[in-house]
Amino acid sequence: MKAPIASESQLRELVIELLSHIAPEVDAGGIDPDKSIQDQLDIDSIDFLNFIMAVHEKTAIDVPERDYAKVATLNDCVRYLAAKAG
Amino acid sequence: MPSLGADMDAGRLLEWYVKPGDSVKRGDIVALVDTDKAAIEVEIFDDGVIGDLLVPPGETVPVGTPLATVLPAGTVVEAAAQAGPAETAAVEPASVETASVEAAPVEAAPVEPAGTPAKAAPPPAAAPPHAAEAAPEPIPESPAARPQATPAARNHARVLGIDLAEVTGSGKHGVITCQDVDAAAKVAEAAVAEAASREVERPAAPTGAAPTPAPPRPAPAARAPAPAAGPAVAEPPAVHVRASPLARRLAAEFDVELAAVTGTGPAGAVTEDDVRAAAGAVPSAPGTSRTPAEVAALSGAGPTGPTIPEAPEPRPSEPGDQRYAAMRRAIAAAMSKSKREIPHYYLSLNVDMTRALAWLEAANLERPITGRLLPAVLVLKATALAARDVPDVNGFYLEDGFHPSEAVHLGVGISLRQGGLIAPAIHDADQKDLDALMTDLRDLVKRTRNLQLRSSELSDATMTTTNLGDQGVESVFGIIYPPQVALVGYGRILERPWAENGMLAVRKQMHLTLAADHRASDGHRGGLFLTAISDHLQHPEEL
Repeated sequence: MKAPIASESQLRELVIELLSHIAPEVDAGGIDPDKSIQDQLDIDSIDFLNFIMAVHEKTAIDVPERDYAKVATLNDCVRYLAAKAG
Repeated sequence: MPSLGADMDAGRLLEWYVKPGDSVKRGDIVALVDTDKAAIEVEIFDDGVIGDLLVPPGETVPVGTPLATVLPAGTVVEAAAQAGPAETAAVEPASVETASVEAAPVEAAPVEPAGTPAKAAPPPAAAPPHAAEAAPEPIPESPAARPQATPAARNHARVLGIDLAEVTGSGKHGVITCQDVDAAAKVAEAAVAEAASREVERPAAPTGAAPTPAPPRPAPAARAPAPAAGPAVAEPPAVHVRASPLARRLAAEFDVELAAVTGTGPAGAVTEDDVRAAAGAVPSAPGTSRTPAEVAALSGAGPTGPTIPEAPEPRPSEPGDQRYAAMRRAIAAAMSKSKREIPHYYLSLNVDMTRALAWLEAANLERPITGRLLPAVLVLKATALAARDVPDVNGFYLEDGFHPSEAVHLGVGISLRQGGLIAPAIHDADQKDLDALMTDLRDLVKRTRNLQLRSSELSDATMTTTNLGDQGVESVFGIIYPPQVALVGYGRILERPWAENGMLAVRKQMHLTLAADHRASDGHRGGLFLTAISDHLQHPEEL
C-alpha cells in the first residue's frame, strides 16, 4: 500500500468510470466507498467479470478470481490496484 | 407474425430488411418486429425468394398473420427480374411512410425532402438508408453513413471523432441524437475496452467449422442462389399452406418444411400428425444454432452485412417508462396464464459444488482474463446434459399433450437494468463446450440488455433457467413459462455444513430447484432430473 497518492486518485477515477459504463443509470461516483460495489450498483457476476476485464484492459492488472473479495468495495479495489500497480 | 412468447397476441412490423425479389436463406434476419418486450429481429424459416411483403411497416397484426410470401428458391432470377420492379411499386407507399416518420427527428439521408415524387420512383427508392439496408448487394457507401442520426449529431460526432456506428441512438427508432454522441464521447475510452473485449470474445466462439452436427442454419453471408427447394415457407409459413398453429410450431421444431407435407386435416390442412410423420422420415435437426458467420454478420462484419443493421445500436421504439409498463403487462399475462393452467410441482436439491468450483478455479488460472468462465456456465451445461438424460422436463405442453424436444434450447432469465425480465434461449446448449456457452451467455446478456434479440431466441427455448444467486437468494421456486414444462432455479453458492460418513465438513453448496408441469412429468422424474444435474456437476472435467 505504498503507492503514491496521485496514482490512487487516478485509479479511483478510473474505477468509477469503468463502473459507470457497466451500470450507466447509477451514479457510480456517489457510491459508499466502504460498501460492496456489487450490491450498491446491482451488478451480477457477468457485469463484474466485464468490470474486471475492463480493469485489465486499462491497467494490465489481472485480478484473479481468488482476489475478487479484495476488490469488493471501492476503497479496497483502489488499494488493491494501487498495490499491484506500485 | 411469429409468436415470440406465450404472452404475445400481436406485433407491430417496424421495418423490412428485405424487398420482393431478394433471395433469402433460412436464418436470415428479414424484419424487425416490436412486441411488448422489445424490438425483435425476425428470422426467416426457409430458403427462397421474397414474393410479396404483405404487411407494411408500422402496422400491427395478430400473431399468425402472414407477413410475406416466399417463392421457391429455384425461381431466383425470374422472380427477381419480374417481381422486383412490379412489386417495388406496391411496397413503396410503406417505405415512404417509414421515411416520413423517421424524417421527423431529422433524418440524415442525402436525398431527403420527405415524400417527394422522386422517392416513389423505383431507382431512387434505394437511396433512403433503410432501403439501402435492405439491398442484397453491399452498398459502396461508408459504413458510417448507415446509422441513422440527426445531421447535428453527425456533425457533432465528426468534431468529437466519434464513430456513429458505435453510438447508441435514443431517438425514435434508435436515431442518434446529439446527447447520444455526447454520452458516447464520455464513455469512448470505456467503449474501446469494450470493443477490445468483444474482439477477444469472438474468436473464442465456435469459429471455423460450424459445431452443429445436424444441418446448421445456412449462414446469411452465403447469399448465392439457394439449392432449389419445394415451395418455400416464410415466417410465418406461406399463405397457401394450411396448418394448425401446433403443426407450425412442430414443423419449426423438427425442421420440417410445411409446404412439403401432405395435409390430412380439414381442407387439406397440415396437422400435427402429418408433421410428426414427416419428421420421422427426416431426423429432427437442432438446426437453430447460430453459425459463426451469422454472428459475424449480425455485428455487421460479414461481407453482406448490409442486410443487417449495425449491431451496437439498440432500437427501443418507445420511451423507457412505456416499454417497462408494456413489459410488466406481458410478464403478468404469461405468468397468470401459467399459474392458471399449469399444475406446478416443486423440488429442491442441495448440490455439493466443491469439486466443480475447484475445477473451475484451476481452469480459469490457465485462461486469459477474457476467457474466464463463470460457475453459471458449468451449471447451465450440467442442466442441458441432464435434460437429455431425462427428457420429460424438456419440451412443450400443447393442447394435445406433452411434446418432448430433442434439442435442448436453454432459456436464460436475464434481468434488465431498467426493470423487467427476458429469457432468451441459448440454442443447443447440450452440444456446446463451456467456452462456447460462456461466449453465448455474455453475448446474450449484452444483447438482451440492449434489447437486441432474434425471434428464434425468444420462441425456441425448450426449458428456462433462472439464477438469483447473485442477489444472495438461496432458493428460487419459479413459475413455468408456458408452453414449456419446467423452470430450473439456481441459488447462491454458499459454504454450508455438510455431513457425510458421520463426519461434518464445510462445503460449497447450491440449492438447485425445479418447478415442473405435473401434466408432463411426475415428481419421480423431476427428482431424477435434479439428481442428474448434480451428478454432472461432480464431473466438471466432462462438461
